[in-house]
Amino acid sequence: MFEISPTEWTAVLLSLKVGVVATLLATPIAIALAWALARYEFWGKSVIDATVHLPLVLPPVVTGYLLLLTFGKRGLVGGWLADHLGIVFAFRWTGAALACGVMSFPLLVRPIRLSIEAVDRRLEQAASTLGASPWQVFATVTLPLALPGILAGMVLGFAKAIGEFGATITFVSNIPGETQTISSAIYSLIQTPDGDTAALRLVIVSIVMSMAALVTSEVFARRATRRLHGN
Amino acid sequence: MLHVEVSKQLGDFSVEVAFTSEGRVTGLFGASGAGKTSLISMIAGLQKPDRGVISVDGEALDDTTKSLHIAVHQRRIGYVFQDARLFPHLDVRRNLDYGRRMNRLTRDPAQETRLNDMLNIGHLLDRRPGQLSGGERQRVALGRALLSRPRLLLLDEPLGSLDEDRKAEILPYLMRLRDEAGVPMVYVSHDPDELRQLASHIVMLKRGRVAAFGGTEVLPT
Repeated sequence: MFEISPTEWTAVLLSLKVGVVATLLATPIAIALAWALARYEFWGKSVIDATVHLPLVLPPVVTGYLLLLTFGKRGLVGGWLADHLGIVFAFRWTGAALACGVMSFPLLVRPIRLSIEAVDRRLEQAASTLGASPWQVFATVTLPLALPGILAGMVLGFAKAIGEFGATITFVSNIPGETQTISSAIYSLIQTPDGDTAALRLVIVSIVMSMAALVTSEVFARRATRRLHGN
Repeated sequence: MLHVEVSKQLGDFSVEVAFTSEGRVTGLFGASGAGKTSLISMIAGLQKPDRGVISVDGEALDDTTKSLHIAVHQRRIGYVFQDARLFPHLDVRRNLDYGRRMNRLTRDPAQETRLNDMLNIGHLLDRRPGQLSGGERQRVALGRALLSRPRLLLLDEPLGSLDEDRKAEILPYLMRLRDEAGVPMVYVSHDPDELRQLASHIVMLKRGRVAAFGGTEVLPT
């Protein structure tokens, strides 16, 4: 029962790789966007805010299909990237990472935005009177004080990314060794006669991974909060 | 020398203030709502005057006729807030060192030791702001502002959030700073006794205007 086969391992490792890459690439973008949404009023702000949250409410298959239209080989962006930079998303693990990044993006942005909004602006003022430029204020005061939210967002985004199914399978299909993540592997195994035991093994693995992510985020958040309260 | 000649509209309230002070400690006196904090935020550069000039030792920091507004972080004006505003994620040592790091100044261990002694904060260096008493926090905030080597130090009711005993504890430190630190100060307070002990020149504010300017004798008894 607990012998995990090489194919299953491949799916688990691919999920982890996709989750890590998606989270690490999406985090800086999410921080920049959360910052803009938390601190500035600008034209089109509510449209951008809504667009960021769209993957949360759209059927994942719709998001996946839109990604295929945009980033597929004949897609507007995908075609250009393939021709000019040699970056291909369609039916590659990179596409799975893109899909997971997009799907987990709202979960990243939200806690980061809330934690930036919670940063005491008076501390930022104090920093600037001590000679810190706006960038230095951001790097030495805002960012460290927003760290609990950033870490919480990253863990949540990562957990979402390793579990993503609908958009990924629509965009990059379900190719073992290339785009078959743990979710799509479970899906395939359920469709296969006698695949139940293997599916159950992967279900257990995914529960363990998700639990680990949640516990980690809790630990990080607690540690960071303690740090911020200055004790 | 501090020269201020500014006007600013803030909702229904307007600040229109002009004075020049040569004093080592200029006291800004007035009831709450008289415009003291608006005025020193303008000196610090946190707020922009609608019209006017602010200069320190002949160097203009604001001059609306020339659209000049030096940014807060380039003014080299220290600010001690009523609520200390120490960085909660840094220990006392790193709070004190913050201004030096941001301005890329070289370390001056002699000055650090002198200030630690003068403010009696040497034993607090490894603590976090959350582990300090109100008076200790305010002393660290004073040290932090001075270690950024400002040319002018603004103190906005630094004793305002402390009880009488703590006030009596901090006042002597402030007098030592005045006599030994060699940095001119603008000291905001609504307490005439405090100003009598610290300030040489008084700007009395009433509803956003200068009601009196002179020595400590203009303070109400």
